[in-house]
Amino acid sequence: MTTAAASRYDVVIGLEVHAQLRTLTKMFCGCPTAFGAPPNTQTCPVCQGMPGSLPVLNRRAIEFAIRTALAFDCRVNPACRFARKHYYYPDMPKNYQISQYEEPLAEDGGLDVDVADGDRRRIGIQRLHLEEDVGKLIHEGALETAQSSLVDFNRSGVPLMETVSRPEIRSPEEAAAYLRAFRAVLVYLGVCDGNMEEGSLRCDANISLRPRGQRDLGTKVEIKNLNSFRNVQQALAFEVQRQAKALDAGERIVQETRLWDADRGYTRSMRSKEYAHDYRYFPEPDLVPLHITNEEVARMRADLPELPRARRERFVAQQGLPPYDADVLTQSRALADYFEAAVRGMPNPKLVSNWVMSELLRVVPGDDERAIAASPVPPAHLAGLLRLVEDGTISGKIAKDVFEKMFRSGETAEQIVQREGLTVIKDAASLEAEVEKVLADPVNGRAITDFKKGKTVAAKALVGQVMKATRGKADPELVNRLVQEKLSRM
Amino acid sequence: MTTVAVDGLSVAELTEAYRRRDLTPVAVTRAYLARIEALDPRVDAYLTVTADQALTAAKASEERYRTRSDLGPLDGVPIALKDVLCTRGVRTTCASKILENFVPPYDATVVARLAAAGAVPLGKTNLDEFAMGSSTEHSGFKPTRNPWDLSRVPGGSSGGSAAAVAGGLAAAAFGTDTGGSIRQPAAFCGVVGMKPTYGRVSRYGLVAFASSLDQIGPLTRDVRDTALVLRAIAGHDRRDSTSIDAPVPDYAGALDGDVRGLRLGIPAEYFAAGTDPEVERAVRTAIDVLRGLGATLHDLSLPTTDYALAAYYLIAPAEASSNLARYDGVKYGLRVPGKDLVDMESRTRAAGFGAEVKRRIMLGTYALSAGYQEAYYGKAQKVRTLVRRDFDAAFAEVDLIVAPTTPNVAFKHGEKADPLAMYLNDAFTIPANLAGIPAISVPCGFTTAGLPIGLQFIGRALDEARVLRAAHAYETAAPWRGRRPELG
Amino acid sequence: MIGRGDVDAVARLARLHLTDDESERLREQLSAILSYIDKLRALDTEQVEPTSHAVPLVNVMRDDAPEPCLSADAMLANAPDPQGEFFRVPRIIED
Ligand SMILES: [Mg+2]
Ligand SMILES: [Zn+2]
Repeated sequence: MTTAAASRYDVVIGLEVHAQLRTLTKMFCGCPTAFGAPPNTQTCPVCQGMPGSLPVLNRRAIEFAIRTALAFDCRVNPACRFARKHYYYPDMPKNYQISQYEEPLAEDGGLDVDVADGDRRRIGIQRLHLEEDVGKLIHEGALETAQSSLVDFNRSGVPLMETVSRPEIRSPEEAAAYLRAFRAVLVYLGVCDGNMEEGSLRCDANISLRPRGQRDLGTKVEIKNLNSFRNVQQALAFEVQRQAKALDAGERIVQETRLWDADRGYTRSMRSKEYAHDYRYFPEPDLVPLHITNEEVARMRADLPELPRARRERFVAQQGLPPYDADVLTQSRALADYFEAAVRGMPNPKLVSNWVMSELLRVVPGDDERAIAASPVPPAHLAGLLRLVEDGTISGKIAKDVFEKMFRSGETAEQIVQREGLTVIKDAASLEAEVEKVLADPVNGRAITDFKKGKTVAAKALVGQVMKATRGKADPELVNRLVQEKLSRM
Repeated sequence: MTTVAVDGLSVAELTEAYRRRDLTPVAVTRAYLARIEALDPRVDAYLTVTADQALTAAKASEERYRTRSDLGPLDGVPIALKDVLCTRGVRTTCASKILENFVPPYDATVVARLAAAGAVPLGKTNLDEFAMGSSTEHSGFKPTRNPWDLSRVPGGSSGGSAAAVAGGLAAAAFGTDTGGSIRQPAAFCGVVGMKPTYGRVSRYGLVAFASSLDQIGPLTRDVRDTALVLRAIAGHDRRDSTSIDAPVPDYAGALDGDVRGLRLGIPAEYFAAGTDPEVERAVRTAIDVLRGLGATLHDLSLPTTDYALAAYYLIAPAEASSNLARYDGVKYGLRVPGKDLVDMESRTRAAGFGAEVKRRIMLGTYALSAGYQEAYYGKAQKVRTLVRRDFDAAFAEVDLIVAPTTPNVAFKHGEKADPLAMYLNDAFTIPANLAGIPAISVPCGFTTAGLPIGLQFIGRALDEARVLRAAHAYETAAPWRGRRPELG
Repeated sequence: MIGRGDVDAVARLARLHLTDDESERLREQLSAILSYIDKLRALDTEQVEPTSHAVPLVNVMRDDAPEPCLSADAMLANAPDPQGEFFRVPRIIED
């Protein structure tokens, strides 16, 4: 936040993130959770809220939530239960949501977030609980003008994990950083695919401003519909400005819910009457309480994978990578796994890191777990390619072309290099002939003259000509030496 | 068409007659369908009669008897289902206009188990809308009449099922009991009705009224039939998280008639002022019979009884207000057009629900709403704990509790217009629901006006076998079953 | 005691469209029922835990194994206003 508002007001932000868990089936029934099926084809009496149907809890959803709670250093409550949360909305088939209220699965944790200027801050996590997702509404036109809407219940009942941060985030940038770190942990744990476009991760924010130095918190506003890192940052930045302007003008901030309109770049009020928020929670009688023992928690803790932060630190300390590289490589578990596997075949971490960052990430998004795991150039193939570079079989420049071919065909570097005869020419005799040809070419007379006048860089152009003539296969150092020799003798 | 006389036969007698080939399932089913056609216009026990389905099932059963293969425990037995049990392809209305045309795409677990047991489904019986009521007058479609006196109610909410068994319109029937809805109509109609332990019978496919109290159970001509039928439907179901995973005993096998040394508790609160003297006399006489059979009697107190009703009328409506929120005109059932979504939903619910259902939705919503939840719903949940403790203390001293099922006998249609007066009718049945324990009502005599009286046995959780044994011993010693209503 | 304002607020929460007569009758009936229920105040429940389940079951769960869904046709068969593969609802006014 670089605006003037920052100097006059403290910004207080809390984030509430809903993450879809990567279970095969829904929270309370056996319907699949796959995204993108034709409307109303992944439903049954339970997730469509038919009379007489009853929920039965998905064990894996509980395990995923416990795993996440442990990764966030939360206390997993020894007893928790589900509750019904009541409000009417046509995408919610029972007109209540099975959620958790007084006894959530876990509480009191935190997440370390990199904030401005290389600092790190721990943002508290207040609670983590499970609930069911609702269906999808398709409006015929915009919501405000649509004459009717259509309901698809495919998503209804998909397990959601709601995590509420403490109001300890101090800027829109920090909020985005929190969400990034949050997403990385979930993806690392394999509990969420982190796909924000498909709605796997959804974020609401509470934000208030208070004059610098004031103790009491200002009136908070809830902002909904923050479904990308950009949206989070932009919506909160807009809201900081809006609230600062209002406060500057001596206006009161209204406690309300506002919707971020990403297309138009502003938040707008969702008018709601005072009676709208009486959720009438009570314990869900159709489900029995959960008791989670210390032993189970200990077993799950032991099974936790290395988390992004620890791995990043290890990459710096053990592999000797610069922090920047370690950061990029740990953005997803699949990418870090890829890197480590490649290093096993080519024990030069920095070389591997350079290649992963410049070549692999040029063609595959670093946070796309599936794409990385399915890369046509598996880590062993990349290591094979780099071994050819290291032992001088091919040049670095050629290796880049080879990588592209490997990516297209799925072949190994050896196969391509052999078939296409791309091995470096180290034979001085044959290269000498090429060098002489270039020096004899009249178009290069100017470069030769320049060199003689002391412009040593002119030799570079001549080396380039030789490389071009050999289609890059010539050993560049050898060519350079030969060119220098010949020129000095001329 | 010649029809066989079926209305006096028990389930046990029917299956025995099939085995001996004295009767066939098809002939018996035809006889029941004929009785329904002739007599049900006067009783109105049924909302839907599934004649074709029944005959198809009867024919299949007959084939099994012919080949003596795959015979189920209820093979060829014509039964009736309270219309809150989902039946695939057969409309399930809950006696509510809001579900008038609802056809479930699936069977309730109980319905599937009955089919697997070979039972023949005659149809769906009437009830107080969504099982809320004690007279079956609050059906959204029509009131049911008591076969013993057509000017009187059959009780409720499982009034259609009780009347069907009493009137010889089904060999056995199934009801649901949330606050007495099986036992009270059983008492009013002179049949046996049992509410098993909460969790003993799967609720999957039972359209919920109050989820933490609802339990499915049988209504039959005698105790042995209840034992036979209960065994066919009880047992764990992975589709119901509140279903108990415990073996199902051979209930009928436990009916040895022996109650010697059985300790029976007699709770003072169930004999308080307000109980019809004729009811009290009949129940005391029955208790004497049990003493004569060797049971020992113990006076005791269940001090929270007086508060159980009040707690129930917070908990049940609160859960009901939640369970019934789904009827909004979006996915199934009635829709009344409106100018927008909220208007459509509000008008649909206004038109689809009857007065009693609306009353309970309002009461329940109020009891859960901000500012009142702790004082009402929260308080009621604590009182529920006290009710449970009462029973725990009692069962430390006695094996069973014996008491009247209801404070009075069947009343006239329209007699209890005041909702509270109607609610008070459930005072003796509600505590067992709050505690989740099994209870049965067996006929124990008649008033001078010829109306049946019910005797209630209440047992420990999962102790259905002992409840049935005592009820059976009493029934054998005092056979009221011979007396049947004269419907024709 | 419960007033007309309470009745109307609860009716809105419960999505019930009530006529004036109905509201008034419900006010009277609910008041009578609630005053009967008020007898609970006489019971001291300070130290009493609430009971929300009648059976002492815990940890009932299922495996994360897919089961067949019902077809869209079956799920839409009861829909009051189906539109293609969807359930249609009248316009939603956010207020
Ligand atoms: Mg939530
Ligand atoms: Zn489903």
